[in-house]
Amino acid sequence: MGNNYGRSRSRSTQDIGRRDLLASFLGASGTVFLEGCQSRDTGLPPGELVGPSVALGHRIRDGLRPSFSEHDLQETQVVIVGGGIAGLAAARRLHNAGVEDFVVLELEREPGGTSRSGQSDVVAYPWGAHYVPAPTREFPALVRLFDEVGVFEGTDAAGDPVVAEQFRCRHPEERVFYKGLWYEGLYLSSGASVQDRHQMTRFQAEMDRWVAWRDGQGRRAFAVPMAAGSDEAAVRALDMISMAQWMDQRGFHSPRLRWWVDYACRDDYGLRLEQTSAWAGIYYFCARIPEAGAAARPFVTWPEGNGRLVRHLYSGVQAQCLLGAAATEVIPREIEGKPVVDVLGVKADSEQVFGYRADRVIFAAPQFLSRYLIRDYREQVPQYVSEFSYGAWAVANLTLSEVPRSVGFPLAWDNVLYESPSLGYVATSYQRGLDYGPAVLTYYYPLCDDDSRTGRQRLLQLDREEWAEIALADLGRAHEGIRESAQRVDVMRWGHAMIQPRPGFVWGKARQLACQPFRSIHFGHSDLSGIALFEEAFFQGTRAAEEVLVALRGRVDSIL
Amino acid sequence: MSRTAILFLNVFVIATCGLIYELLAGTLASYLLGDSVTQFSTCIGVYLFALGVGAWLSGFLEKSLSRYFIEVELAVALLGGFSAPLLFLSFASLQFFTVVLYCMILAIGTLVGLELPLLMRILREDLDFKHLVSRVLTFDYVGCLLASLLFPIFLVPDLGLVRTSLTFGICNAIVGLWGTWVLQSSLGRGVVFLRVRGVLVIVLLVAGMIKADQFTTWSEDQLYSDAVVYSSTSRYQRIVMTQRANGFQLWLDGNLQFSSRDEYRYHEALVHPAATLVQQPQRVLVLGGGDGLALREILKYDTVEHVTLVDLDPAMTGLSARFPPLEDLNEGAFHDDRVEVINADAMIWMEGSWQPFDLVVIDFPDPNNFSLGKLYTRRFYRQLKSLLAKDAAVAIQCTSPLEAPRSFWCIVNTLESAGFAVRPYRVSVPSFGVWGFALAQLQPFEIPHGCREDLDFLNDDVVETMFKLPNDMLPLATEINRLDNQILVSYYDREWEIAR
Repeated sequence: MGNNYGRSRSRSTQDIGRRDLLASFLGASGTVFLEGCQSRDTGLPPGELVGPSVALGHRIRDGLRPSFSEHDLQETQVVIVGGGIAGLAAARRLHNAGVEDFVVLELEREPGGTSRSGQSDVVAYPWGAHYVPAPTREFPALVRLFDEVGVFEGTDAAGDPVVAEQFRCRHPEERVFYKGLWYEGLYLSSGASVQDRHQMTRFQAEMDRWVAWRDGQGRRAFAVPMAAGSDEAAVRALDMISMAQWMDQRGFHSPRLRWWVDYACRDDYGLRLEQTSAWAGIYYFCARIPEAGAAARPFVTWPEGNGRLVRHLYSGVQAQCLLGAAATEVIPREIEGKPVVDVLGVKADSEQVFGYRADRVIFAAPQFLSRYLIRDYREQVPQYVSEFSYGAWAVANLTLSEVPRSVGFPLAWDNVLYESPSLGYVATSYQRGLDYGPAVLTYYYPLCDDDSRTGRQRLLQLDREEWAEIALADLGRAHEGIRESAQRVDVMRWGHAMIQPRPGFVWGKARQLACQPFRSIHFGHSDLSGIALFEEAFFQGTRAAEEVLVALRGRVDSIL
Repeated sequence: MSRTAILFLNVFVIATCGLIYELLAGTLASYLLGDSVTQFSTCIGVYLFALGVGAWLSGFLEKSLSRYFIEVELAVALLGGFSAPLLFLSFASLQFFTVVLYCMILAIGTLVGLELPLLMRILREDLDFKHLVSRVLTFDYVGCLLASLLFPIFLVPDLGLVRTSLTFGICNAIVGLWGTWVLQSSLGRGVVFLRVRGVLVIVLLVAGMIKADQFTTWSEDQLYSDAVVYSSTSRYQRIVMTQRANGFQLWLDGNLQFSSRDEYRYHEALVHPAATLVQQPQRVLVLGGGDGLALREILKYDTVEHVTLVDLDPAMTGLSARFPPLEDLNEGAFHDDRVEVINADAMIWMEGSWQPFDLVVIDFPDPNNFSLGKLYTRRFYRQLKSLLAKDAAVAIQCTSPLEAPRSFWCIVNTLESAGFAVRPYRVSVPSFGVWGFALAQLQPFEIPHGCREDLDFLNDDVVETMFKLPNDMLPLATEINRLDNQILVSYYDREWEIAR
């Protein structure tokens, strides 16, 4: 990777155009921190552009369909397409039920999907999802998973597991940078007017009301997994409007309150206030709180983020996982009256073609891929598939020679910039307990365009150097000298990072239709929940595996 | 005294005052910013340059020289007199401090640079040029010598920086006020108004002196009012050693760590109760304690085979090598073959360690930030348990149970929640006040008995009473300090805020 952006090129008009382009990613107040493409000869620290394997993915999209002799197909009971959390959860469910004759196909060389992690000399770091609210007794399958990882120490009075302190976010949990100073917490309470405070109190009362809400069957409005929540009209109605409309209707105009809720939407869904379904917006604030008046469940986290959970899930089914192996075609057939599914694919590095004949397939990849991979879908795309919209994200891991200096409130786990379109950074090395010397910060940038394809184009038009430049310029607002102390900036571009719960999607038809099996193909992916959370991926993968178990054995004792 | 003699006395006084301000600025800059060579060098350079600016400006003054001279004196009195208090106040923000520092040096230097040219032109009426130059420069240089001797020997150790600066401000003001009489003939109208202002300036400075006296133990200026004999800024903290007649003191980030006069009380109380409990300590772990004073106490036990000392800052563990009085005080503890020094964050180091210790002495600075607060968490104490032999004893410094009772009991309660049997105790250390410790083991235990007999402070009777807590230090219920709440740091901040 070159690190000579702005060094080898003279400052031509082209560079000035480039500068304007980068400036458009930083918002008005961040432009002054752009240095790499000014005449000043600062250069950039080295780094890599890490996967995902865009090129192979696009070749499959554009028609790469290698043929394979039917005689060479390897027979197996189940093929799982996708080795993210959903795929690994499905594999875990089969394995725990005693089904060992399955294979997981994963395009990338690492399992875990957007929960993947990386490793530096200083500390392991996340490439995407990096925390999970501690599960409660209402989701025993997830409690069991976390228990196996060893994050609990006993149960509390209510019967919910207690997370050991080293797996919680280290205090202070969050801070926000505003006009030259860091402040404690995410909501900017410093300088809030009486009106601001009043609106905040009223907003929290609304959230408390939804936390306490129960339907006729005693179900919560917002539960984990979301499928356990209520589907009554009052709840579904929230999905018909945006979070911004919901706030307008209730007179929530306080700019700092709206910023806070907007941040929450960008953080969890990669969407702005105006683009997020009010159902999803409120879900963010309510699902973590078990009952009215109770404390929110703590976040469980590791320096490498959810990569720790990936490692655990993967270790149980490693033997059945084929990494760097992309499925290129999924073909449901009937052979001698018996339904089967042929799954063809190529190895990412050798381009060697392979094929399986399976009784059942679990499609644990995002729904948008179904139109390229499933033969019948390719011939006639189901209408609902195009309703699945995915946000693009850039993630940068910055390795610094020193913990960055701060003005105001000290370093926290989550560090957010009020005036930036990014989400700020997670102090990954801080969570590891490293307070001095080299540090790793994980920087998140969701592209919240109205049309998700525009966001994807904007993501992919910038290379490693340019994303590194944006990260350094953005964080330079709050940390003078960060450019000089940066040793490496590695970048991940996620074209389809997460499903977007835009208004109408969560409780719309598309999601329900997509959950239905197609012939012997069962679907299990977080996008089927409409919200891209670890819990949902785990739930959907497990659910799909249980559908398969029912098909194979006639019945199953569900753990869900 | 003749008018000329009085004016020469003035030259002498203002020369002394001028150099004092320069020394004050240089000293403060090197305390607060570290790197004394650079700080002194730039302060002196800027100051001398400002003198030149003042001298050049004096060329533009044509008439009423005497009036200008008195005005300048009063201005120097105010600016110079309040220079040290102002710099201490602006110390809260280091960036801001540098700006204030150099503005101050420029302003004072310019004013002082005006003084002598003006005075020489006033004296020109009384003397011929040859004698004028020779006398004025003589008094000037003698004044400088006096200032440079007074400053380290008497002023800094006995008067302190703040009062030194105020005192010399008063000297300048007196010169100005006196000048209204000596130079009355050439002052013209408005003399009374000048005198009133002169008196006002003196009153202000004297008020400052009284106020400076009110600052006692905990104020920043008192903190550095003793002679600073060593200072350096490491990657982790600012290390300052000060000296007064009865001993020297170590300060980390402005917090007193020990005074050589009474540290034996603290370190004997820290080490020996735990060591007595173990009876024959062999493998010892010291966390913090880079001054080597706890080491000195530990090495008194011949049974000790190995001591592992883990301190974050190499500048601390190397301090006694650079500052011989400390090496004398810790009796060369770092040269003992049994001692192994590891510079690391104790919590990170613990993860990779496993060997069992039978005595652990924890002497961290007080938990005034999150990086220190984590070293007092339940998680930390639980990790510590895995490094302990079955009968090991742990001694922990726990801040003052009198000044910060909630902090003290929070540490004790956190230790208990981590599964330790704990006995808190306290000792009186004049430099600190009442100080608290916790003695902990994995099983319940009795107050240690059989203390060694060669100590300066402790004996069995004293140990017995240390564990009996008076009524103003009785146990308090507190939250448990955890990594995810760091409650101790907020207790500590609140309590010491009030105490100060």
